[in-house]
Amino acid sequence: MREDRSPILELQGITKSFGGVEALRGVDFALHASEIHGLVGENGAGKSTLMKIIAGVHTEFSGRFLIDGQETHFRSARDAHAAGIAMVHQELSVAPDLTVAENVFLGNQPTNRLGLVQWRRMAREAGDQLARFGIDVDPMSRLGDLPIGLQQLIEIARVLFSGARIVILDEPTSALSPPEVERLFATLRRLREQGTAIVFISHFIEDILRVSDTVTVFRNGRKVAETASAVTSKGALIEAMIGRGGEALEHSYSDDLMLPQPSGSPVILKVDQLSLARSLKDISFEARAGEVLGIYGFMGCGQQELSRILFGKLKPDGGTLVVDGKPKTFASTAAARRAGVALVPESRRDMLFHQEPVYKNISISILDRISTLLLKPAQERDIAKHQVEQLQIRPPVVGLDLGMLSGGNQQKVALAKWLTYPPKLLVLCEPTRGIDVGAKNDVINIVRDLRARGLAIIVLSTEPETVLSLADRILVLKRGALVREFKNEPVSKDRLLEAA
Amino acid sequence: MASSDTAPAAGQRARGLAPFLRSQMRNIAPFLTLIFLSGFFALASPSFATLDNLGNILTQVSVTGVIAVGLTFVILCAEIDLSIASIANVTGIAVAYFTLQESYVNIPNIPLPGIAAILLAILLCAALGLVNALGLTMIGIPSFIMTLAMMQIAAGISALLVRGQIAYKVPDIITTLGSGSIGGIPWIVIVAAIMLLLGHLVLTYTRFGRYVYMVGGNREAAEYSGLNVKLILGAVMVISAVCSGIGGMLGVAHFGSAQQNEFDTYLLDSIAAVVVGGTSLFGGRGGIGNTIVGLFVLGVLNNGLDHVNIDSFLKILIRGLILLAALVINVYAQRLREKAVE
Repeated sequence: MREDRSPILELQGITKSFGGVEALRGVDFALHASEIHGLVGENGAGKSTLMKIIAGVHTEFSGRFLIDGQETHFRSARDAHAAGIAMVHQELSVAPDLTVAENVFLGNQPTNRLGLVQWRRMAREAGDQLARFGIDVDPMSRLGDLPIGLQQLIEIARVLFSGARIVILDEPTSALSPPEVERLFATLRRLREQGTAIVFISHFIEDILRVSDTVTVFRNGRKVAETASAVTSKGALIEAMIGRGGEALEHSYSDDLMLPQPSGSPVILKVDQLSLARSLKDISFEARAGEVLGIYGFMGCGQQELSRILFGKLKPDGGTLVVDGKPKTFASTAAARRAGVALVPESRRDMLFHQEPVYKNISISILDRISTLLLKPAQERDIAKHQVEQLQIRPPVVGLDLGMLSGGNQQKVALAKWLTYPPKLLVLCEPTRGIDVGAKNDVINIVRDLRARGLAIIVLSTEPETVLSLADRILVLKRGALVREFKNEPVSKDRLLEAA
Repeated sequence: MASSDTAPAAGQRARGLAPFLRSQMRNIAPFLTLIFLSGFFALASPSFATLDNLGNILTQVSVTGVIAVGLTFVILCAEIDLSIASIANVTGIAVAYFTLQESYVNIPNIPLPGIAAILLAILLCAALGLVNALGLTMIGIPSFIMTLAMMQIAAGISALLVRGQIAYKVPDIITTLGSGSIGGIPWIVIVAAIMLLLGHLVLTYTRFGRYVYMVGGNREAAEYSGLNVKLILGAVMVISAVCSGIGGMLGVAHFGSAQQNEFDTYLLDSIAAVVVGGTSLFGGRGGIGNTIVGLFVLGVLNNGLDHVNIDSFLKILIRGLILLAALVINVYAQRLREKAVE
């Protein structure tokens, strides 16, 4: 129906690579006025890269870039802004210490002839704008005091009402409650009637299908499908996203995988009705000895917060933890460690000492087990050497500064620090993210070996492959709530994505 | 065959030398500064490079040295303690306050036996350190601000105790340690040496010492390793206050009087000694060895400027410039080190 009108934005044969790795390969993309265009694809499929090219963030690429039929080349995000393109990034970019009104008018506050800010006018206009969006909030209140979802809505409102002709929304709904999502969609539809073109990126395929006119699917840097939303389905889109056969380098997990019979081994961790502000709602589950429990969900679904609570880094608002039969409220990470809980967070930078040698990194969590007052460096080195051999850490030199090791070997060190005196419960966040295939397999084997030794292991990941390759039982976390449990049944990547 | 074996090894060493030197910049630079300054003053003044003068320098840096031991712990944790001089002052005043003064000293004090006076003084500085610790870890006030408040609080307690008067007597043992000497060596130098040695042993050979370095190196990682970071930070604040208190008691005995604002210059001197020595302001790097070099740099500089004919008002500016140069090297060394690791 829109084919007869010429697009306001057209990209032809866009190729973009980062350090020799192609993130986009010959992508064509067209956007029309009065269109909501949904983009789907796995992490790293290329959708964010393409949007950053459109928003002028990435300026080096090959291919043609046309606006209103005119070939254009942005040199900065400012150029894109001047051309009427605005983007709301996935991470909040608001100023929490300023008022709501100041945030709405960030960078162009109304001023009088003397250059002084007209506060009353700014407050009134900000209030009017937000009211049109259905947000009822005092424009002079501090933004940081509002709930995260509301902050996000305000940021979206600011961009939507900035007068841009093309608005790009990257995962706008992940922090929003259902009524807030409704309000956002109503506004998007209203803007569409006024002629704005909107790109909507989301992992939530239902949301895409409900609000968009057209959907484009990305896989491995290529556009693999473009279809009208009315004639497709969630299943068809997931199939296009993950592909059948051939495409993936590794095991694609597209076929059903049979999860084992749940074991009757003792419960190591019992979580009951855990909640944390807007991040987690009534989370209850158990983890058993000798079992790997996978927790899958999209970015921002509450995994990080959950792992931090289990390790005493965050305090929950409500709910209880029972570790090995004893109720616990961890006052510190030290208390969690003493109770037999260990955590490997998703960021290695957060858990390793890059300027210290490998052996000090490995021994830091067990120093109180091997020495009371005085250090025993010889014993530390022996323990580290043993771990380095066991986990095949390369190069096998325990005196080397950690920063000299590759990412995969650093990840092994992060695991090694917990293994000399194994914990009862090991929590792993994104254990295979950002490491090469060989190291990935090594990490998977280490985790399986630990399971065989009777540890209770929880693997939290946003990558379905990671969960599928490790877990005996899988929980799906969606917007801070557990929505599905897979056990003793067939599971595959599409089933996981379908549930999330 | 043998040559082909050793060639790559030698090549590796050659490649490794420049990064090694770069990574060791923070240890090398202060040492070179010390050698340069010593050489300069030795050439400029015949009275500088004598054994007597070495004794002078050692005595002059002793009180700073005792205070700097605790401050080294604090800076290794990437925190700061601005209350050290005030706490030194109040502890010195407190120990005099609990000692019987001559009749002409007009302070309404409480005379106690010497050992009790010392214990109470130590208790006072430890308590003030504990307040610093609680403010930093439990309430979350940045150490810079927390200890700034403590600086004023300790000065206030000092003022209330002496009320503008001067006290002279301290317990005998403190008098001996502060101003006596044994076999020609001043006791105060021996005490400073013992404190520095003790600090070095704790930092290098104990579990607590390792924790201090790790917390300073990467606080987030220390927490994710299950260390009780707050306990460690609190402990270093108390250690710093107690070292300051000991320095204050010795100082009072050394000067022969206890009064308000007696230690004001020691704040800058102690921080300068630690930082000039090369202990990283970002935490995790350095140690007592660096602090000792820093103390000597400062001691040689202060003492040497007295030996050469120089405008005494210019001395203050020169000290400031040297400190600035040390800060530049400190920050630069950190960057070089990070590059060497990457």
